[in-house]
Amino acid sequence: MAMDAADIERLIKERFPSATIDIQDLAGDGDHYAATVVAEEFRGKSRIQQHQMVYEALQGNMGGVLHALALKTSAPQ
Amino acid sequence: MIEQDVQDWIGKQIAANDVVLFMKGTKAMPQCGFSMQVAQILNHLGLEFEDINVLDDMSVREGIKAFSNWPTVPQLYVKGEFVGGCDIVREMFQAGELQDLLKDKGIANNAETQTA
Repeated sequence: MAMDAADIERLIKERFPSATIDIQDLAGDGDHYAATVVAEEFRGKSRIQQHQMVYEALQGNMGGVLHALALKTSAPQ
Repeated sequence: MIEQDVQDWIGKQIAANDVVLFMKGTKAMPQCGFSMQVAQILNHLGLEFEDINVLDDMSVREGIKAFSNWPTVPQLYVKGEFVGGCDIVREMFQAGELQDLLKDKGIANNAETQTA
């Protein structure tokens, strides 16, 4: 099972419309990604909360069809 | 185990042990690269930790995700508090924040001798 980078980006963008999102397909297999998300919504949140917000945006795909997504989140500088 | 029992059981594990790692495989034999990375970090810090192999019990594997509201394994708990999964633990370790957290919680580790 796998998921397109474009689908991941679209789901994140829907939840964080003004975010800067960078997605890398680490292994070229459509199954191991790294995502960097910089969003104003993260300001004042803990890392756990930030990642939970992204996982929610992914609507249950994380841990399911999406096995490996290394996440890096932050608020804009 | 039925779901409520699983939630109770998980609660007991993290209350009874200062450092608990829910992982795929064991600390001696991790069965997933992400679990291995976190186990290596904890070993590197010389930590005593309880490893719980979620592959042993499907109800725990699903239960821990609900317990933490976190969709993936590994998951690290320190003094009953959810610290994070692989990305967060690695980021905190590299920044020295994990070592600070352990120190704040009064958990013995050998970080001091390694970050001279």
